[in-house]
Amino acid sequence: MSSAFNVETLGEDALLLRFGHAIDPQTNRRVHACAAALARQRPPWLLDIVPAFSTLALAIDVEAFNDSSEPLADARRWLESLDPGRPGADIDEDARRHEIPLHYGGEHGPDLEALARHAGLSVAQVIALHTAVEYRVGMLGFAPGFPYLIGMDERLSMPRHATPRTRVQAGSVGIAGAQTGIYPGTGPGGWQIIGRTDAILFDATQERPALLEPGDRVRFIDIDARQESSS
Amino acid sequence: MSLTILAGGLLSSVQGRTRIGWRHLGVGGSGALDAFSFAVANLLAGNVADAATIEITLAGPRLHFDDAARIAICGAEIDANVDGQALPSWRRIDIPAGSELRLGTCRRGARAYLAIAGGLDIECVLGSPSTDLRAGFGGVAGRTLQAGDRLDWAGGFHPQCERAVIDTRWIDPAPDLDFSAAPIIHVLPAGDALANAEALFTGTWKVGTASNRQGLRLEGAQLQIADPRERISEPVFPGTLQLPPDGQPILLLADAQTHGGYPRIGHVIHADWPRLAQLRAGDSLRFVPCDARQAQQKRLEQRQRLARMAIAIAAKG
Repeated sequence: MSSAFNVETLGEDALLLRFGHAIDPQTNRRVHACAAALARQRPPWLLDIVPAFSTLALAIDVEAFNDSSEPLADARRWLESLDPGRPGADIDEDARRHEIPLHYGGEHGPDLEALARHAGLSVAQVIALHTAVEYRVGMLGFAPGFPYLIGMDERLSMPRHATPRTRVQAGSVGIAGAQTGIYPGTGPGGWQIIGRTDAILFDATQERPALLEPGDRVRFIDIDARQESSS
Repeated sequence: MSLTILAGGLLSSVQGRTRIGWRHLGVGGSGALDAFSFAVANLLAGNVADAATIEITLAGPRLHFDDAARIAICGAEIDANVDGQALPSWRRIDIPAGSELRLGTCRRGARAYLAIAGGLDIECVLGSPSTDLRAGFGGVAGRTLQAGDRLDWAGGFHPQCERAVIDTRWIDPAPDLDFSAAPIIHVLPAGDALANAEALFTGTWKVGTASNRQGLRLEGAQLQIADPRERISEPVFPGTLQLPPDGQPILLLADAQTHGGYPRIGHVIHADWPRLAQLRAGDSLRFVPCDARQAQQKRLEQRQRLARMAIAIAAKG
């Protein structure tokens, strides 16, 4: 499976598989397909499989190798020997789907109106565009359980705040550049906050601590609209 | 068996082994910053090398031992006493029930480890007892130790003594730790080239005040990346040297975030991480280039020194 990526070293105990240099859905799908294939055949010395947008890091337990061997060279040989597995497009069969109910605007989304002005759209149009598409969890990072979602309509792009807010509520959904994401915990943050969910994004005491995992698919639901239409 | 924290000190937390296998969910490794001193403290106390300990930063806590304990303090040179009796580091010490252990300031170095025979009894979160201070879980409620916290350890060893008994034998931490001079830190190459490749290795770097368990902020010559295009977030690890746009590198430590968008300009080898953990704001360091073979050699040598210590400590009972 070595033809799909270049292999770089990250220090003495990690490899970086590079599929590209940009954030695009196709490259990211290949990252997750490869991560899933490696997880299925995971040897005991493979400590962490860490996907990002266009790269995948493998953290290797060098102590598990013979002292006279070169662990990273052995790990590279293992990668080259692998069954390429199923093609990347198949990951959609495995990807979990989530619907995240959101309260848009008001106290839950203090930046929603500013974002609408920035985009030259109405607030209703912003909500319609944000709920219209299915996103993919490109990666988790920044904080435990923080998903970077790929696939947002480009018209909603907006730079983050020049000065981050000192306090963003847990569950806040924000936009930064062309990405949207959800803050799992309360803390400082610079994204444009358009709404908030009551869903628990991360709970370290759970067997699967993160609600959203790399490669998962996500849709946002405007719960206030749903309640209005049903009443 | 238990103890009570009377005063938490500047930044004391429960740290044990690294939290492994969760970086894909954005969960970092945490764990003892100076894994060498941490392991020696555990070995001296008669524990497995990665039992949960208290990591002390710059100024230590005050603790009341409800029960007698066998302890060891390793790492930074730290003032320590039990009810007025001074305690040396790098030795096995037995203290009676009712002792008040005062850990003072670190005279040299930044982090010391207090190990207790039996190991602290801390519930594991995601496979490790270590405190993730940024995310707020693990250890004691995911935070630093505070007055009133009670910590338990597994019983099994009950020293009988009326005052502290200090073992005559001690461990010499050199060459793994040496507080006498600015440390030489070995760096493996990374993917992003500097405009001037030598610039990292000429001159000294000073540790900035904003440094913490997440990383050391380094101050020195302004570095320039050869290809200044903006990067997207990619995985990073402890030991990664990042270069933000201001040209002053950040050297990631055990609490490193899992992903970062800054160029990577090097990776510090494992064997040198204990020295990084002992640097405090204002201290200097130097970088030298290194290759994978040297990195492995130094790692194996350090592991062998620890293995010899373990044998010597066990043999002398």
